[in-house]
Amino acid sequence: MVMDMKDSSPASARRTFFTQASAGVALLALAPGVRLVDLALARVQDEPASATQRWGLLVDVDRCVSGCDACVSACNTEHGLDGNERPQTDAQWIRKVDLVDNNTEHQLSLPVMCQHCEEPPCVDVCPTGASFRRADGIVLVDKHTCIGCRYCMMACPYQARSFIHEDLSGQKTHAPRGKGTVESCTLCVHRVDRDESPACVEACTDAGHEALVFGDINDRNDPLATQLAETTTRELRADLKLNTAVRYRGL
Amino acid sequence: MIWSGLFERWSKRRSCAIRAGVITVGLLGGMALTGAYAQVSQPLFPSARGEQCVEPVDVMRRDHFEFLKHQRDKTVHEGIRTPRHSLAGCIDCHADKDAQGRFVPVNAKGQFCQSCHVYAAVKIDCFSCHAARPSERVSQSP
Repeated sequence: MVMDMKDSSPASARRTFFTQASAGVALLALAPGVRLVDLALARVQDEPASATQRWGLLVDVDRCVSGCDACVSACNTEHGLDGNERPQTDAQWIRKVDLVDNNTEHQLSLPVMCQHCEEPPCVDVCPTGASFRRADGIVLVDKHTCIGCRYCMMACPYQARSFIHEDLSGQKTHAPRGKGTVESCTLCVHRVDRDESPACVEACTDAGHEALVFGDINDRNDPLATQLAETTTRELRADLKLNTAVRYRGL
Repeated sequence: MIWSGLFERWSKRRSCAIRAGVITVGLLGGMALTGAYAQVSQPLFPSARGEQCVEPVDVMRRDHFEFLKHQRDKTVHEGIRTPRHSLAGCIDCHADKDAQGRFVPVNAKGQFCQSCHVYAAVKIDCFSCHAARPSERVSQSP
């Protein structure tokens, strides 16, 4: 930045302005340089979840294979959902549903979990505020305030929630769970917070099916948002107008 | 009139006796309590890993639950998972290993959380839901 201060012609003034401006830009560019790292990590560790994002999931039913339960077992392993061989009461955050068209005998297989509604009925009915929707759209239960009344389980049209009936031991550090509280799919919030995909999505990709796509619905450059924009997708029980974050293609 | 004077004197004497009784009982009780206090030994627990706690020890003794409660709300509702003041962070440093080199739960007898809470007669409810051993990340580190 060599500036001739004696020269007072308009061209020189303009040059001075540009030089100073470019220095300013250089300084500004330094800050975004640091910021770029943050962007790569999606969110800084001590920054709260933001409403600029909305996490969602696309289920490609045509790619989902009947008989495969990679997503279900990955979810169980990730959160330590060890059942007691009592399917009526064992916790279930994600389940596989097989459908048959009686007329054509066409078969479908799809996973169903918490649909992370924008207008979640579970949050509406919760008497203690334990059921809540995080700023980035993930619907969760704050088990510290859950009294286990199970109104949310009755309100959920997808039967996505489970109640813990028995004392537990050996819980995972990232997935605290205990008797007397309600729980459901967290969209692997602990993984999302460190910029990873949910366990079910990873397992489906590892199994070679790639039927699950995770991403930010609000980010137009995100692969999920691109696919949602390009193809026809459906919400389960769209008539309820809950605006779910889990969408199905090929249903 | 004479009756009322007698009654007054009697009640005065009575309140005096009661006061003396209360003082005696108080003194005896105090002595007994001091004796009992002396008999209860200070809690013993394994020393923590790492050199320094996240806050001064006297602050942590009094206010650790305030820190934990504040952090838990930030984690659950906002997704802020900074290790300072997190329960997982406490456990990572304060869990002890047994002779076989396996981590012992912090709420087991004689361990960090349990020994102090028994001494203070406070029931800990954290570990009916939360893991009482360090996270896998710490468990796998040498």
